[in-house]
Amino acid sequence: MKLITAVIKPHRLDEVKDALQAFGVQGLTVTEASGYGRQRGHTEVYRGAEYTVDLVPKVRVEVLVEDEDAEQLLDVVVKAARTGKIGDGKVWSVPVETAVRVRTGERGPDAL
Amino acid sequence: MNGADTAFVLISAALVMLMTPGLALFYGGMVRVKSALNMLMMSFISLGIVSVLWVLYGYSLAFGTDTGGLIGSLEHIGLSGIGTEALTGGDEGIPVLAFVLFQLMFAALTPALMSGALADRVKFSAWALFITLWATVVYFPVAHWVWAEGGWLFELEVIDFAGGTAVHINAGVGALAAVLVVGRRIGFKREPMRPHSLPLVVLGAALLWFGWFGFNAGSALGANGTAATMALNTQVATAAAILGWLLYERIRHGAFTTLGAASGAIAGLVAITPAGAHVNAVGAIVIGLVAGLVCSWAVSLKYRLGYDDSLDVVGVHLVGGVIGTLLVGVLATDGVGGLTQLGKQAAGAFSVMAFSFAVSWVLAKLVDAVVGFRASEDDETAGLDQAYHAETAYDFSAVGGSPASRGAAGGRNDSATASPSAKGTDKKVDA
Repeated sequence: MKLITAVIKPHRLDEVKDALQAFGVQGLTVTEASGYGRQRGHTEVYRGAEYTVDLVPKVRVEVLVEDEDAEQLLDVVVKAARTGKIGDGKVWSVPVETAVRVRTGERGPDAL
Repeated sequence: MNGADTAFVLISAALVMLMTPGLALFYGGMVRVKSALNMLMMSFISLGIVSVLWVLYGYSLAFGTDTGGLIGSLEHIGLSGIGTEALTGGDEGIPVLAFVLFQLMFAALTPALMSGALADRVKFSAWALFITLWATVVYFPVAHWVWAEGGWLFELEVIDFAGGTAVHINAGVGALAAVLVVGRRIGFKREPMRPHSLPLVVLGAALLWFGWFGFNAGSALGANGTAATMALNTQVATAAAILGWLLYERIRHGAFTTLGAASGAIAGLVAITPAGAHVNAVGAIVIGLVAGLVCSWAVSLKYRLGYDDSLDVVGVHLVGGVIGTLLVGVLATDGVGGLTQLGKQAAGAFSVMAFSFAVSWVLAKLVDAVVGFRASEDDETAGLDQAYHAETAYDFSAVGGSPASRGAAGGRNDSATASPSAKGTDKKVDA
């Protein structure tokens, strides 16, 4: 199994969700996150006082998938999350040792 | 008794009352989230404290029979001698009690105005003590000077229709003195201190604007042409000040900010307060524009001069108050303007500034010496809401809480009293 993690622009979440659903993914976890990449942050001004906001809001999407689906799913997420502008985010996958469905106790791919 | 005037003044009193909670929201939205409730409470407590002081002795000191032009007598302590039927302004006047209530709202608002300068870093109890003393030895006497028959600025014919000098200059200077005693917030100029909720700021500004019609027009103490002039000028000057502030901001900083629009509105309201009854609508536009442009520049002074007037009480209320107080000498259209009047206006403004600054500074030092004005470094860093109010402004996570009687660590009530239901069922292990 693989854990696919995508850190994306918040307003692309719906597209990514829909694309994953169309692909056949059964469940996912979404977390509000903040961070920066090459685009860094932005500047805000309050009564003339300028503040640099380094960490910009992002959304982290996590999906557990079977090994053979992982490569294809990466492409699906990337395609759905892309706007072509700087700050679109990153997607990566890591191997997962095991997974258990809490309700039934099923293990491994059956738990997905 | 004049029923129309009485009704108008009573309604105006209620409008002015709304300004203090409005101010609380205006300031509250501007601070960081960790001390948002503390900021609200610093204003709200003034309604509690000063309302009581006012009837105990405040009204008497401000509007009792004059003693040497400086202070009222003690004849109306506890409002004694003021009956239900007593009238002010002759047989066709309004009940004295309506005037007492109307002026009470001014007295409650004025100390609250100073709280913005001391955001995020003073002990709540010390603040309560400070405004108790400040209302007593600064506000009540100055209100007497400016508005009471026999008061020396009143006799000098200084124009302060609704409180540019007695309220805004007075509070602005008092705030400056207190800031110099208390010092800067930890991280001032180093850390970003973004407003945590600009919608709250706009809501607060809107309530202030609404209430200000009572503050300004109500000061006519009658439903008449003066009140109408004042109400109209209040609207026009405020509008112009928004434009002035935004214009300056767009040129200087590149954006039309929401905070700038709200701040501009308050600057305009402050500036028209002393002047509005004596200028026409065009004069009101000029006053508003000047206030918007100058105050938006004045709020940057604190960074250059290094005093941490956190929410710009000086830049908005002191500067705005001075603009309105002086410009009425130039722009008055009802024959009261002119160079002589300008001199009187300046004398009024500067004598209140000198008095208020000196006494406020001494009071702040006194409070600091007796109870310590400043919150501990830990409390300031962690946020005053937890330290003084045992509350959190916004519940963003529903998980992680438990009744204090069962909780393992933390809560104030932890060791004190367990709730009855938990009695005997708890095994508490102290590490």
